Amino acid sequence: MTSPPGGEVRIGVDQWVEQSDERREQHTGWTAPARRAFDQLTPGWRLALVATAAAAYPFFVRGSDVRIGISVLLLAMLALGLNVVVGWAGLLDLGYIAFYGFGAYFYAIVTSDHLPAHWPTEVAIPVIVVATGIVGVILSLPSRRLVGDYLAIMTLFFSQIFLELVINFQRLPFDRLPFVSEDLDLTGGSNGIPGVEDWQLFGYHINTFNRYYYLSLALVVLLIIGLHNIDKSRTGRAWRALREDTLAAEHMTTPVNTMKMLAFVVGAAIAGLTGTIFAAVQVGVFPANFELLLLITIYAAVILGGSGSLSGVVLGAVVVAYVPEVLRDPSKAGWLFYGGLAVVLILTIKPWQRVLILGGGLVGFGFLVRAVASNIWDESIAGTASGSFASRAVDGWVLILDAQADVITNYAFVAAIAGFLAVTLVKGWWRIALLIPTIYLAVLVWENKLVDQTSVTRQLLFGGALVVMMAVRPQGLLGTRRVEII
Amino acid sequence: MEFFLQQTVNGLTLGSVYALLALGYSMVYGILKLLNFAHGEVYMFGAFAGYGVLTVLGGASSPVVPVWLLITLMFAGAIVVSSAIGVALERFAYRPLREAPRIAPLISAIGASFFLQAAALLMFGSRSRSYSTPTLVDFSTSIPFGPIRVWMVRVLVIVTAVVLMVLLTLWVSRTRTGKAVRAVSFDREAAAMMGIDVDKVIVVTFLIGSALAGVAGVMVGLVFGRIFHLMGFFAGLKAFTAAVVGGIGSIPGAMLGGLLIGLAEAYSTGYIGALYQNLIVFGILIVVLLVRPRGLLGRPELVKV
Repeated sequence: MTSPPGGEVRIGVDQWVEQSDERREQHTGWTAPARRAFDQLTPGWRLALVATAAAAYPFFVRGSDVRIGISVLLLAMLALGLNVVVGWAGLLDLGYIAFYGFGAYFYAIVTSDHLPAHWPTEVAIPVIVVATGIVGVILSLPSRRLVGDYLAIMTLFFSQIFLELVINFQRLPFDRLPFVSEDLDLTGGSNGIPGVEDWQLFGYHINTFNRYYYLSLALVVLLIIGLHNIDKSRTGRAWRALREDTLAAEHMTTPVNTMKMLAFVVGAAIAGLTGTIFAAVQVGVFPANFELLLLITIYAAVILGGSGSLSGVVLGAVVVAYVPEVLRDPSKAGWLFYGGLAVVLILTIKPWQRVLILGGGLVGFGFLVRAVASNIWDESIAGTASGSFASRAVDGWVLILDAQADVITNYAFVAAIAGFLAVTLVKGWWRIALLIPTIYLAVLVWENKLVDQTSVTRQLLFGGALVVMMAVRPQGLLGTRRVEII
Repeated sequence: MEFFLQQTVNGLTLGSVYALLALGYSMVYGILKLLNFAHGEVYMFGAFAGYGVLTVLGGASSPVVPVWLLITLMFAGAIVVSSAIGVALERFAYRPLREAPRIAPLISAIGASFFLQAAALLMFGSRSRSYSTPTLVDFSTSIPFGPIRVWMVRVLVIVTAVVLMVLLTLWVSRTRTGKAVRAVSFDREAAAMMGIDVDKVIVVTFLIGSALAGVAGVMVGLVFGRIFHLMGFFAGLKAFTAAVVGGIGSIPGAMLGGLLIGLAEAYSTGYIGALYQNLIVFGILIVVLLVRPRGLLGRPELVKV
């Protein structure tokens, strides 16, 4: 028997699996030394490095921007919690926002004038975390028998029922119950609960954005440390075992149902804790905070970063939370759109000469279209561009329609999507030829419509990102490709 | 009694819609073992396509063509748009993931569903539209049903749904393509080895399922009037529940489940209150999943290890 190229044969170790790390892409290019150095750091040092950088953030930005930092950190916490359920245990939980909402509402109810209860924070937080965990146990019960799609739809229904209960709580006939004397209105219906009190830990009042920022940062760091340890422990291995093959894990005497329940509970407790901070930062809770867009945002963060990888999930949360903030400002949004478009084109089209041809063709095509269109119909150039630097550059050759010409933009939008889909089907020069009108249409739609509708743009972006990520890089930005053993 | 009959007719109308939607879920699930989350959005686009045809042809108050032709064209428009979206979904969102772990196409489906919802929001805005069918077909055009009279549009919806379901059943059981669909849903690999073009069969399945969803969208528009960009979400959830209740993968099961869910919803709205209809459907789903996971008419799934 010849010894394999990897060296001596070790018993009980699959050579191919063992070497999968080595076969992964080696770092190349000009960033290689920095990345190699970063790789050599131990996880603790890496965390310290990133946390220090994050701690310096409030010193460099204006006060209101700290709020963005808080939303990034809160999303990171949510993503870390979801990662336990989806990334490690492999349970597709679409009811996750219900836990977040539960925590936020619980905190709002017990600390505002609503009830009025005014529990001290030191009491409220542990109670809420435990209570959310118990709700997690309840939601995990169906997962004993259901897997995959069934579990997904069940949990999705659960989150919708939660919202419906919150909105309609007042109208539920609680007064018919024997122990309730009057109309109970715990949730404030669609008006929500205003006037939620700040956190106050052992006399220390957390009442500024800066303090909340550091509180969230500390919690994120603690969570990462805790989850990292769990990941390396028996529990973490058991979760991954049941994700990879539940049946095999059960035969290896993994207590499958307990582990599933534990995953749900840990995820739920983290979401509940995040909810309390959210309620306090926002000084109120409203049903609209817990709609499906948030769920898709958290999923986008987990999937984009790489589900199963802690650093990936946090990175995903940073990216996903920043995008809508950037979109809010038209000039920054323009940079994001045109910059993103340019980067994607430069990275995906090879050789690079074709990018130049594409750019030239695009501008030429634009002038042609504009010349023809403006002669036929005056309105086609009646509007004004969004005003960013990048938009002024396209002002000369892209049709900026009047606001009334909404229908044409709709057709352009459909045509642009069809064009992008068709581009994936053709190769070579056909692709360049097809990209020219497609990108033109995309720019047209962007300048005429998307730039004003940030929330829709965000939804389009995240929905599309999930589909594209799954097709192109299912392991996410920082995730590692799974080694399939057949 | 009159009230009960009224609710029954309501339930049957609603049930027809759910049944048509559930068929799409069930057929796709039978073949790909994939829960097509975006199916509800396909249905929503069907409803909007019907509205588009209605608007282009003069609107409900002054249609330029006879009413029967107008309604036929609305259905045709919805079928074209919905099946185009369905086939595109299969080609671009699901086909690249056919060999991936099962969670991947599911996430892709959720993403596609959100993308389509946002696209509708972008194109049509968040305000709801109305077909205003009563100006098209007067309420007095109706047929007697026991002590009550049933509006012609409702009759049309129920009859169309029944005809479509009969046609579908015949197609699946009698034609060559139908046989291929059954074969692929039984065992995809074996079917491929027998020379069946699996890709084609999957495309055909998506085409038919989406066309049915488009028809269902126009039906909802005709009977209930209001259409809006979020309508696909809850309808999709309920239709999936219907498919599960009937036994997912089973075509008669989807029909039965759809009618049951429709009736349950109508009765709970009529007798208990509209607030509880979603809770009751959810309760039915939980009970069925826990007590009889394969559904009423479903076959138990064998797990190969």
